[in-house]
Amino acid sequence: MSTNNPFDLDLPDARGHFGIHGGRFVSETLSAALDELETTYKKLREDADFQAAFDKDLAHYVGRPSPLYLAERLTAHCGGAQIYLKREDLNHTGAHKINNTIGQALLAKFMGKKKIIAETGAGQHGVASATVAARFGLECKVFMGSTDVERQKLNVYRMKLLGAEVEAVQSGTKTLKDAMNEAMRHWVTHVDDTFYIIGTAAGPHPYPMLVRDFQSVIGREVQRQSVEQFGRQPDALVACVGGGSNAIGLFHPYIRYPEVAMYGVEAGGLGLDGNDHAAPLSKGRPGVLHGNRTYLMEDENGQIMGTHSISAGLDYPGVGPEHSWLKDVGRAHYVAATDDEALDAFHKLTQLEGIMPALESSHAVAYAMRLAATMKPDQVIVVNLSGRGDKDIHTIATLDGVTA
Amino acid sequence: MSRIKQVFADLERQGKKALIPYITAGDPQKDATVPMMHALVDAGADIIELGVPFSDPMADGPTIQLACERALVHNTSLHDVLAMVAEFRKTNSNTPIVLMGYLNPVERMGYETFAAAAVEAGVDGVLMVDLPPEEAVDVEGFFKTRDLDMIYLIAPTTKDERIERIGQAGSGYVYYVSLKGVTGSKALDVDDVARNLERIRKYVSIPVGVGFGINTGETAAAVSKVCDGVIVGSAIVNLIAENADNANAAQEAVSALVGSMRTALDA
Repeated sequence: MSTNNPFDLDLPDARGHFGIHGGRFVSETLSAALDELETTYKKLREDADFQAAFDKDLAHYVGRPSPLYLAERLTAHCGGAQIYLKREDLNHTGAHKINNTIGQALLAKFMGKKKIIAETGAGQHGVASATVAARFGLECKVFMGSTDVERQKLNVYRMKLLGAEVEAVQSGTKTLKDAMNEAMRHWVTHVDDTFYIIGTAAGPHPYPMLVRDFQSVIGREVQRQSVEQFGRQPDALVACVGGGSNAIGLFHPYIRYPEVAMYGVEAGGLGLDGNDHAAPLSKGRPGVLHGNRTYLMEDENGQIMGTHSISAGLDYPGVGPEHSWLKDVGRAHYVAATDDEALDAFHKLTQLEGIMPALESSHAVAYAMRLAATMKPDQVIVVNLSGRGDKDIHTIATLDGVTA
Repeated sequence: MSRIKQVFADLERQGKKALIPYITAGDPQKDATVPMMHALVDAGADIIELGVPFSDPMADGPTIQLACERALVHNTSLHDVLAMVAEFRKTNSNTPIVLMGYLNPVERMGYETFAAAAVEAGVDGVLMVDLPPEEAVDVEGFFKTRDLDMIYLIAPTTKDERIERIGQAGSGYVYYVSLKGVTGSKALDVDDVARNLERIRKYVSIPVGVGFGINTGETAAAVSKVCDGVIVGSAIVNLIAENADNANAAQEAVSALVGSMRTALDA
């Protein structure tokens, strides 16, 4: 199978590769568990009962389809292309993360696993995992860097209310990447009865594939809603990229529509000139971390670097392998928005539309505003508004010098 | 004949089992590593596994994670580790050295560059924890053409057909991970290891070393009855950590442990 065809929707290949990216770079101790997951998922992917259970929960538990909303005042403010927002922030638990956790919890159930584990940075995926654990009656343990536990106390409390156990990870940089290391270590040790719900479209095969499949409901809905609302497909798609699950969910169904431009927006942090950012696609190079080959932030010796972003959900040194491939074949463009641009976009959207975006999604809004101004009024941009901003209010208040 | 093959052949002739200690290069200081390697040999080591520090050691428990962190405080790089091996080789041309670590530092240096530099330094084998045989097919040629042994892991969960494949892909020895877990885990079940070794022997003709959870001479001796070599990592690294500010004390403590294991193995 050729992996050079940019419109090849059959990727990943049999070994889980997207071009040179992806794959299964794990210790032998995980091979059997990943083989089992892959075999089960390939079967359930074609299984009508599984798909019906997934669709049912997306409709009645998550609240899908999420609206596609024309942001008229934001559009007028930018003075160019029409900006539509895909309202993933209106999902149950307030972000796109739940699409994936519902899918993986169903997988766990079909595989007879009674315990789930998850890694989390800001806590959104942890909350989404704890939520589905409650929904399906599963035991849940969430790994979270001790720095993040301190920064995100409210989400830690949320997870505990939902019945999950939160384990503060003390190793390395004590953030998301270390939480993922620790979740993998726990999984190796308890592989018989435990299912690992990875929160983004990264990690060893088959995770990037199955997370993408579960999140692709976003792009499929946009395809249908675009035709209903403006009679054609949009000219451009914009989504923020940390690990990249909301972006791949929007992009993937559009890969074979070459007339639709795709922009993934990375965390520019304090700017791409220094090292205080989280933009591996913009500034990194391919390497191997967390079970896949992909663009990484690393030093000259191949050690993984600490990252910086105002948004904890984008604060990750790697990225899902399908994005790395979309970059290599030139199908998607990867750009960055800085902390300041994201903050500005947060305030603009809040004031002009009465919608408070998550700081992650604010990066996408920031770039869409820049892009819209360069396009014509009869053109359309769809922005994935991947999450709501309630969780970030404390961060923003602190930055604005407001003390509650 | 490769140095690793030679060691196992010699041991077999003498009716002995291989003692394979692991240390992390650069832990706690770069200049402590080569003297520690010589001390390991003097205490009875047959092969040394030298850990290449990595920022994200996903398959390791807290002991080796902390060893990596200590080594990375001084930026111990893959280049440094190769220089240590070259230094060691100035006075020891017999003891095989296996570099053990994660793939990304090698990926960054470049496979061919690394393989050539490893041979030049006097490395005998490489064990890249996150490079299973399926992913190695694109790069194993760089190692094989230079007679660098490729050492792979086998786990308790590894199915028979994979064991067969790993047995064919690997050379030197295979590393059997004695339990489901990370390095430095506690209880190793000798009967369970014996059962799995029987299964592995059906498919693997090269020597089998067993590691994870071997921390006393007694366990080492018990496990050695059913395999060709025992690998001891965290128990040694713990002693290095306890004596991080005193290189002589660390060497004495490690030599005592390795010496006692040697005695137990040969008894």
